[in-house]
Amino acid sequence: MSDIAISIENVSKMYRLGQVGTGTLSHDLKRWWYKARGKEDPYMILGEENKRDAAGGGNYVWALQDINFNVEQGQVLGIIGKNGAGKSTLLKLLSRVTAPTKGEIKAKGRIASLLEVGTGFHPELSGRENIFLNGAILGMTKPEIKRKFDEIVDFSGVAKYIDTPVKRYSSGMYVRLAFAVAAHLESEILIVDEVLAVGDADFQKKCIGKMGDVSRQDGRTILFVSHNMTAVKTLCPKSLLLKNGRTEMSGETDDVIREYFKLNSAGANTELKERTDRLGNQKFRFTDVAFYNERGDMVNEVISAEYLRIRVYADCADDLDPRKIQFGINFCDHYEDIVLAYLSDEMGGFDFDRSKGYFELIIPNIYLRANVYNIKLLAFYENTNDDGMLDIIERATEINILNGDIWHIGRPNRGGKYAIIPGELQC
Amino acid sequence: MENKNEDWSLVIKPKYSLLEVNLKEIWQYRDLIMIMVKRDFISFYKQTVLGPIWFLIQPLISTAVYVLLFNRLAQVGTDGAPPILFQLAGITLWMYFSEALLKTSNTFITNASIFGKVYFPRIVMPVSIVLSTMIKLGIQLALFFSVWAYYIFFEDANIHMTWAAWLFPVLILLMALQGLGLGMIISSLTSKYRDLRFLLTFGMQLLQFSTTVAYPLSAASGTLKKYIGYNPFTAILETFRYGFMGTGQFYQTYFIYSVIVTVILLVIGVLIFNKVEKTFMDTV
Repeated sequence: MSDIAISIENVSKMYRLGQVGTGTLSHDLKRWWYKARGKEDPYMILGEENKRDAAGGGNYVWALQDINFNVEQGQVLGIIGKNGAGKSTLLKLLSRVTAPTKGEIKAKGRIASLLEVGTGFHPELSGRENIFLNGAILGMTKPEIKRKFDEIVDFSGVAKYIDTPVKRYSSGMYVRLAFAVAAHLESEILIVDEVLAVGDADFQKKCIGKMGDVSRQDGRTILFVSHNMTAVKTLCPKSLLLKNGRTEMSGETDDVIREYFKLNSAGANTELKERTDRLGNQKFRFTDVAFYNERGDMVNEVISAEYLRIRVYADCADDLDPRKIQFGINFCDHYEDIVLAYLSDEMGGFDFDRSKGYFELIIPNIYLRANVYNIKLLAFYENTNDDGMLDIIERATEINILNGDIWHIGRPNRGGKYAIIPGELQC
Repeated sequence: MENKNEDWSLVIKPKYSLLEVNLKEIWQYRDLIMIMVKRDFISFYKQTVLGPIWFLIQPLISTAVYVLLFNRLAQVGTDGAPPILFQLAGITLWMYFSEALLKTSNTFITNASIFGKVYFPRIVMPVSIVLSTMIKLGIQLALFFSVWAYYIFFEDANIHMTWAAWLFPVLILLMALQGLGLGMIISSLTSKYRDLRFLLTFGMQLLQFSTTVAYPLSAASGTLKKYIGYNPFTAILETFRYGFMGTGQFYQTYFIYSVIVTVILLVIGVLIFNKVEKTFMDTV
C-alpha cells in the first residue's frame, strides 16, 4: 500500500452570511460567553445543508461538512462539483488560506497552491524581479529560483521582455510568465484551481500538458479542481464529487463524472410544454426533450465525438396520419444559426408512435466542438409550407458539448461552434 | 487505516494554542522577507527621476516648519542644541516609527488579495515592512548626520557626543520592534472590526505630541513630565539626542521602562497576529 500524502478527517467549514457590523459583535460576545462557561458554540450546529437558492433560517452556513478522504503519494485527484459545492473552500483549507472550523488536515511534504497565477505580481517590477517575488511567495527559496530561472523564462517565452516592468506586458504574456513560475514549483503536493481557465486554448493545452508531466515524471501528488471535465478526465484517474458541501461520491473518474452529469441534468426541461413562443397549429406539440448517453443515463452534457441519444416527447392529435409528419431537430449556436440539422424526410421518412409518445434520434458520435448548443424542433404535416406547420420551437432546450480528445493525443481539442470530424494527416 | 504514529510534516486544525508560533517556518521564508523588502523599496521610486532622494524632501520640509512653529514662534527651548538639528533628529526617528506602525497596522487589509490565494507565514509582511522602512530611515539618518557634522565642524555649535551614542543600535531596534508590535496588534484587531482604523491616523498625531518629538523633556516638569515619560518613545528620543548632541540627559528608568514595554508589545503582537492570521480571510 502506498503512502498517504494528505489525510482529511471530518473537515467542516462554517461561514457567516451577511455583513460584519454590530450584529456580528453581539454574536461574537454571545459565543465568547458560551465558551467561557464551557458550552458548545450556539451557532455551530452541524446538519443544515448548504443550499444557496433556498433561504435558510440561520445566519451561518456550512460550506463544507464532514469531508473525509485520503490522497496517496503521487496520486492525481480531481475535485469536481457545481458552483458553490465547496470546491474552492476545500482548496482554501488545504492551502492554509483559512483554517477549518472542525476537523483536521494532515499532509506530508510542502503544499504549494495555485489558486490563481501571478499572485503578488507587482506591476512596477520587471519580469525578472517578479519571478523571484512570485517564486518566493509560492514558497521557493532564492537558490531554487536561481537554478530554475532560465527554465522559467524559456517556458514563458517572454525572454525579450524580462527586464521590462510587467505592467507593460500584454495580458497573455503576464499570464504565461505567471504560470511558468508556478509550473516550476518543487513542492511535493500541488493544489491547482481553475487557473487553466485563463489564457488562450494553446496555452491551456500547454498547461494541462505540463501538469500531466509533473505528476507522471516527478511522482508528485496533485489535487486538481476544475469544471473542465475533459481536463479532469485526462489528468486524474480518481475524482471526488462534492455537492452542497458534502462528499457525494469518490472513485474512478469516469464514474464520478457520470454522476456529476446526472446531478446537473436533474430538473431540466420541465417547462417546454408550457411555452407559448411557438409557431404552427399545435395539432402536434413537442412537450419535452431529454438526452441520454451510451449507458442510458439522462444527461445534459456530453463529450465531443461521443454517443448521444435525443428523446423528443410530443402530443399528437388523433386526426393526424403519423406517417405524414415530418420532423426536424436542429443544433443551433447562440445566434440561432443552424450548425447541424437532422430532417426526417431526407432520412427516409418516419412513423411517429402515438402510444409511446416520443421518438428518438441516435447520434453515434456527436461531431461538434465544445460549446453550448440550443435545439430547435420543427414538425410539419405533408408539406413544409406555412399551412403545413404543426409546431416550431426555438431553443427548446440546450445541450452542452464538452471538449473531447478526438485525435487521441492526450489533450483536448479546441472548442468552437462548428463540426469537428475525424480525419488523418498524411505526408 | 489509522496512521496515528506517522510523522506528518503539516497538520491543519481549527484551533491552535496561543503560544504555537512557528519560528522555524518564518526562518524558512527569510528569502521572501528580503525580496519583499526589495520590492517595497524599489517600487517606491520606480519611474521617478530623483529616486531615493525623495526620501529626504519630507524630513527637510517638516523640519523647516517645526523650527518656525515651535522654536521661532512658540519659543520652545532645545536645551541649547541648534533648533534645526534638534527638530531633524525628532522628525527622522518619529517618521520611521509612525510609518512602520501605520503600514504594519494595515497588513491584513492591504494584503487580503495575496493572503486569500496563497499561504506563507503572514508575519513576513509586517516584518518586511519594518525592514524596508528601515532603509528609508538609513537614508534619512545619513541626512541627519550630514547636518550634524556640518554643525560640529563648521558652526562650532554647542553639541558633543556622549557615551549614550553607543546605544544607537539598541534605539533602532526598540523603534522597529515597538512599531512592529503595536502595528501587529492593531492589524489583528482591525481585521474584523475596522473601527480602530479611524482612530489610528488621528491617534498618531496625538501620540506625536505626547512624546518629545518637537520639544525636549526638560521643557516639562512635575506630573506632566512623568506622563510624557510614560510614552515609551520618549526614552528613545531623549537617549538619541543625549548621545549625539549632549542635550538633556539619559533617563535610566524611562529607558528600562521603554525596553520592557517594547518586549511586552512585541510578544502580545506576535501572539494575537498568529491567532488571527489563521482565519482572518473569512472576516476581512
